Amino acid sequence: MAVTESPTAPPDAPPTFWDGVRAGVPFAIAGGLLAMSFGVLADTAGLSPLAAIVMSAIVYAGSAQFAAIAIVAGGGGVGAALAAAALMNSRFLAMGAALGPSLPGNAASRAAQGQTVVDASWVLASRGDGTFDRNLLFGSSAIQYVTWVSGTVIGALGGGVLGDPEQLGLDAIYPAFFLALLVSEARGGRPLGVAALGAAIALALVPVAPAGVPVLGASLAALVGLTRSARADARRKAEER
Amino acid sequence: MSTSVALIGGCALLTAAIKGVGPVALGGRELPDWFSSLVVLLAPALLAALVVTQALADGDRLAVGPDTAGVAAGGVVAFKTGSIIACVVVAAALTTGLRAL
Repeated sequence: MAVTESPTAPPDAPPTFWDGVRAGVPFAIAGGLLAMSFGVLADTAGLSPLAAIVMSAIVYAGSAQFAAIAIVAGGGGVGAALAAAALMNSRFLAMGAALGPSLPGNAASRAAQGQTVVDASWVLASRGDGTFDRNLLFGSSAIQYVTWVSGTVIGALGGGVLGDPEQLGLDAIYPAFFLALLVSEARGGRPLGVAALGAAIALALVPVAPAGVPVLGASLAALVGLTRSARADARRKAEER
Repeated sequence: MSTSVALIGGCALLTAAIKGVGPVALGGRELPDWFSSLVVLLAPALLAALVVTQALADGDRLAVGPDTAGVAAGGVVAFKTGSIIACVVVAAALTTGLRAL
């Protein structure tokens, strides 16, 4: 992605942690707004302001947190909430596996480094060739962590002043945030066909699968895209002969 | 209080385990070229799925609402300006405006 170059560094210098922080700022601001709505909504699930803040500080996975509190607020049990959270997080299995070869160290160290993965940090750290830059990952994740926790503090303690998150349109922030990431991917020339197929698979699964599964299922689009590009390569090679 | 502790503690442990599994399983080794190609394709697939499941679905139902229009407008802004902040602000503002009608 274009963010791998700092305006102050020579063009070929590898990105630093602070380059990651800078690249993560826009996502951190959007994430902070989202965290405010999490802080407000946590009250509906019976979480105290302190509990909401602790949850954001030690879980740091927005979609899982929203899924878990929505289930508890709707009268569901803790087990169902945890299952939903795990499914929402299941995409991190695919992201973590993709990231694995780019992380040095022993198993415990790699597991620890994997904790810095959130959607935006994973996308920002991608070099576009299947490998990932750790400085961009850590820096962009760090700044997003700060605003995720501080946004939750504002929402949890000032919820009465902020009002209904839905009336404020805060529920549109999350998908808009991902759409902005997708647009930046598309600008980099990534295949839109795979995005369209991923969206179609997810939408087809929405009525029949629990929340979270449709997103994980969309990974299949990447497999299909891979098979198609392998076939196209084989055809091109055959024509050259 | 115990419900909160179980919910938050369970969520934290599950998330840490899920985020840790991938790097442990596939870390520290060279993987074939096709794996790199797959990784490159994974981002648009997952991002597109996240967008549509949030903007076009309400629970297990497909639903189009003010947030759908807001997100679509945000997407146009992101495409035209490249600004994430402008994208989310337009999405939230349009959604709010439509709900207020």
